[in-house]
Amino acid sequence: MNDVTLTINGKPVSGVTEPRVTLLDFLRDVAGLKGTHAGCEHGVCGACTVLIDGTAVRSCLMLAVQAEGEDITTIEGIGGSGARAGELGVIQDAFCETHGLQCGYCTPGMILAAEALLSVNTDPTEHEVREAISGNICRCTGYVQIVDAILLAAKRLGQRNDAAPSDATLA
Amino acid sequence: MTEQKYKFLSTPRRPVEDRRFVAGRGKFIADFDRPNMLHVAPLASHHAAAVINGIDASAALAMPGVVDVITGAELAAAVQPLMNGLNTPNVRRFPLAVDRVRYAGEWVCAVVAESRALAEDALEKIIVDATPQPFILDAEAALLETSAPVHPEHGSNLLLDRKFVWGPVDDDFDAAAHSLSFSVTWGRNSTVPIETFGVLAEWNGWDQMLDIWASIQMPKYADQIARSLDLPGNAIRVHYDVDVGGSYGVKRGIKHSVLVGYIARKLGCPVRLIEDRLENMRAGDAHGPERKFDITIAFDQDGTVRSMKMRALDNAGAYAGRAPFQLGKPISAIVGPYQINSVAYHALSVTTNKTVQEAVRGFGQAPTNYAIETAMDRVAEYLGMDRLALRQKNLIRKDQFPYLIPSGSYYDSGDYHAVIDKVLAAADYPAMLAERDRLRDAGMMAGIGIAACLEPSGGNSSFEPLLNQSNQTSTWMESCQVNIDALGKLTARIHTTSSGQGHETLVSTVLGEVMQIDPELIRITRPNSLESLPGNSPVGSRMAIMLGGAAARAGEKLKAKIMAIAAHRLGVAIDQLRYEGGDVLAHDGRRFTWDEMVELAHRQYHNLPDGMDPGLASFDIMQVPTGDALPVDDKVQMYPCYSFEFHLLLVSFDPIIGRPDIHSYVIGHDCGTVINPAIVSGMTYGGIAHGIGAALFEEFAYDTNGQLLTQSFLDYLMPSSHEVPAIQIVKHCTPSPHTVFGQKGSGESGYLGAPAAVSAAINDAVSGLGIHFEKLPIRMSAISDAIAAKTS
Amino acid sequence: MKPVRFDYKRPATIDEACGLLAGDDNARILAGGQSLIPMLSMRLSRPSLLIDIAHIPELTAFVETETHIEIGAMVRQAVAQKSELVKTHIPLLAKALGYVGHPPTRARGTVGGSVAHADPSAEIALVAATLGAEITYRVDGTDEIFDASDFFIGPMLTIAPPTGCLTRLSFAKAPAVCGTGFHEVAPRKSDYALASAAAQINFAAGSGVTSIHLGIGSVGDFPERLDVDQLCGTPLDDAAIADAVHAAMQMVETVEDLHATAAYRKRVATELAIRALRDARDEISKDLNQ
Repeated sequence: MNDVTLTINGKPVSGVTEPRVTLLDFLRDVAGLKGTHAGCEHGVCGACTVLIDGTAVRSCLMLAVQAEGEDITTIEGIGGSGARAGELGVIQDAFCETHGLQCGYCTPGMILAAEALLSVNTDPTEHEVREAISGNICRCTGYVQIVDAILLAAKRLGQRNDAAPSDATLA
Repeated sequence: MTEQKYKFLSTPRRPVEDRRFVAGRGKFIADFDRPNMLHVAPLASHHAAAVINGIDASAALAMPGVVDVITGAELAAAVQPLMNGLNTPNVRRFPLAVDRVRYAGEWVCAVVAESRALAEDALEKIIVDATPQPFILDAEAALLETSAPVHPEHGSNLLLDRKFVWGPVDDDFDAAAHSLSFSVTWGRNSTVPIETFGVLAEWNGWDQMLDIWASIQMPKYADQIARSLDLPGNAIRVHYDVDVGGSYGVKRGIKHSVLVGYIARKLGCPVRLIEDRLENMRAGDAHGPERKFDITIAFDQDGTVRSMKMRALDNAGAYAGRAPFQLGKPISAIVGPYQINSVAYHALSVTTNKTVQEAVRGFGQAPTNYAIETAMDRVAEYLGMDRLALRQKNLIRKDQFPYLIPSGSYYDSGDYHAVIDKVLAAADYPAMLAERDRLRDAGMMAGIGIAACLEPSGGNSSFEPLLNQSNQTSTWMESCQVNIDALGKLTARIHTTSSGQGHETLVSTVLGEVMQIDPELIRITRPNSLESLPGNSPVGSRMAIMLGGAAARAGEKLKAKIMAIAAHRLGVAIDQLRYEGGDVLAHDGRRFTWDEMVELAHRQYHNLPDGMDPGLASFDIMQVPTGDALPVDDKVQMYPCYSFEFHLLLVSFDPIIGRPDIHSYVIGHDCGTVINPAIVSGMTYGGIAHGIGAALFEEFAYDTNGQLLTQSFLDYLMPSSHEVPAIQIVKHCTPSPHTVFGQKGSGESGYLGAPAAVSAAINDAVSGLGIHFEKLPIRMSAISDAIAAKTS
Repeated sequence: MKPVRFDYKRPATIDEACGLLAGDDNARILAGGQSLIPMLSMRLSRPSLLIDIAHIPELTAFVETETHIEIGAMVRQAVAQKSELVKTHIPLLAKALGYVGHPPTRARGTVGGSVAHADPSAEIALVAATLGAEITYRVDGTDEIFDASDFFIGPMLTIAPPTGCLTRLSFAKAPAVCGTGFHEVAPRKSDYALASAAAQINFAAGSGVTSIHLGIGSVGDFPERLDVDQLCGTPLDDAAIADAVHAAMQMVETVEDLHATAAYRKRVATELAIRALRDARDEISKDLNQ
């Protein structure tokens, strides 16, 4: 068993875990953050996507012990929390506007992939959007309304001249 | 064609469920933890068929953290076999293999441990002594009397063999100028949600109650668990507030649920089983149809299609499951959208040593549409006639509704020609043809695919008594309860789980429309199964019709009560009153406000009409429209409402590489009145994505040793954002006369026609070489090989 | 799908990593984890110890010498994709990197890991084999260098020393005039390729074409070079290219599986090799025609 402290959504989370535990399982079972989902546990579906230093990665393809020292963002770190619970970030709100989801299972991973894209590319083409989410499989939506959501979010973020994408809310 | 103006219905509204999902606050089954919960891992057998001689779990049981190992023998002595709607009592199915292994991957025993990882460690220590047996994989071979029966007690591999003759088939064939025959095969695939199936059970001996949380989409789920576990129906409490991560039919998990329910009772603590992906693919028993169609079609020189003979042979896998009934539901649209006068239908379902099938989106309609649309293309090819023109000639016309098809169903309404005209205009069909020709001139293979098909909707169990005459059921109901509280707010209850269909939005929108209240102010709750009224879960594309119907009727009952209270209070007849946004207005201008009405109903019994109950609550339990009779002479009304879709796409591929590239995709969709536009369009786009997968990529393929080759997502390929193109939806609306707003179902839209359309496009591309692809999926390797064979 | 139990260590130096490897027969190097961790989850790989080399500083270095670019084993694929050194001096690798996995796997996967893992369809391995890159392994305190064109001998099988740790790849810098071509075909974009081809044509003013490198991947048990030296000294017209590739492909055996027949792989590998060579030639056509 290893003592592990991970920085998740800006906060340190400590736990005792076996080396064999993936980052995905640590997030869910030790940190208690259920928003990151297991779809395949072999790195294909993307439902487990989190951000490491702002870049999208598959948390089922990392061990928790590997992630020590990294800056991890999960879906719980997007949008409002604490006193601002209930507020949606710009990308989250865009997904609601275009109904870029149905069952919601792939959605956290999809939104984080969008966050990663829009943090480096503020005006993506449709092809660039599709490339950015090509590692996230959705079985409900056929991707059309997801692509619409991300393009809408890009447009809206482009209209803001202050907040960075991950801070932006509708406050 | 007029469209009614609604205040909330059919207007762009954000689905209310989306908020929690974008925040990662959905509650999926793996998110439910209970104190002292134990975890289950099943042990799979690798034999396609074997006799189990013994199981030695002693080393596993000795491991720390391992609590129990359950075998099939223990289960068979303690639980009833899982329900089977056919008359095949000797095809018995338990959650674990009993005496025999019948497919590679079948669960032989189950480890219960303190964590999933520990359970998996323990699996490796279990020794199963099994003797391999002969096995059978091919459906045609399974029909032979010499084939090794998967269930020796049943005596053969035949689960179902039903022949239907509707109308004067022989006469129509004699009178027709031509006939042609062909075969097509729908390869084994499924809708494979990203979330696997999971179930958590907790037995409370003090309350004598079994609580169940599951990622479930299944009618009669609680009933079947109760039956198997020999528990009273009111000892099972299913929690409907579990969010289901996609289902599209397949999340039935009845064997998992009975297993976990049994273990929970035995051990007295909560037990949870979440399939991992390998278990899901191989032994989740959620495969879809694997069906071979042999079709002979009779037609005249002018293209009129007179009659059709269809033999459908389905490979059900090792147990009966729901597979055989997926041969029955397509009878509801057995002639597609065409005026075909007579049909002979031979439905066969056989057992083989493959994974078990489950209900898949459309319940057999998508494969059948693929067969029918291929038939139309073949007729056009034979006659040298344009495929569109052939269809337009044979399509049922708008003045022919309600249209009675030979198998006894009335199609309620439609205007198929108008939808097609709209699509051709929106797609600029001449430009598409020109683009196809330009691509061909540039050395590419290019083809246009079209498909016209129906989505029977509303759900009805009449295919059960049709296929199994000893099954005398006709009830297929849905329910809704509505309450206006003492502060005047509406809460409605729905009695089912949802897997992304937006039922909370559906009900709040419908109730908002009826009560003229902003849907955002209406709360929807999901009580558990004991607190719920009967329902049949979101299958058969039924909820817009049934849940929408029950919610609307419950709302109307409330409105009627409000009007009666107002009439009594104002001292006027009801027909002198007008309901307006929750207030009631008298002809003389007096206004009885909502708040006053609530006050009376909840607190001033003395001011209510004589005999009226206090409070403002109503409920409705609704039977499916037109569902009031059993089959007579092999004919019956199946589903009440028929949506229509027309697909048009342009595909091209390099003749050597063979990878299809979809250039444009337009679909015309008529599902009557749309309750929430974004929910319906999302269904259609998603259905097309599923259809592209079935046509080009997805197959549960087996090797000659009965081993599943596509055990993970590395080999079972599902369309990503690169494989699903931008899609244009063109809407049309012919309301249904059977429903309160004219709404029809749309939960299967896109999926029912996309495989046919994509297959047609590829076949159009290679038609010049005389190639026909007759099996789905059509892989790029097969495309390239077929072209090379013709051109070398 | 939970892995078997194993220990985990983070050595600070390469030699410490090698010492750990030598001390346990069942120890494995963990680099990016994108190929190894799925195997752990499926229990296809059952190590007793994982040695995480991600924090050994020299393994993430790019070193430019007069003739070569050295890429540390732990350089992430995404970093290599963005590297100006790679774009300028190893243009064939730059082209191939866009085909490796998906953006999230490139964020973690490493250049060295891809070569050590030796999947028959690995794009980086194909480029390394095609260009005859040098693969350096540290074993028992000394460096052993392998030629990538002989390194891969089977599916996931190389001649790497079992107790060695891959430390860097070294690619010869492309000459000033150099054309490249990379093609890959898969059922879905970024799936394991059904066939892939990499080509580089090196040119020197005054000498003309100095060397032609061609390799195919995904169709056999490992990426392999094809000998098209006969094209040197020819005007590299389409017919000559096609003839040379067909001749070189004659003895190539291709594999068959659910996704593609052997005949398909052979046909498409041939076609992609031709296209890769044509692309490479077109890139330097100005110089060729002088």
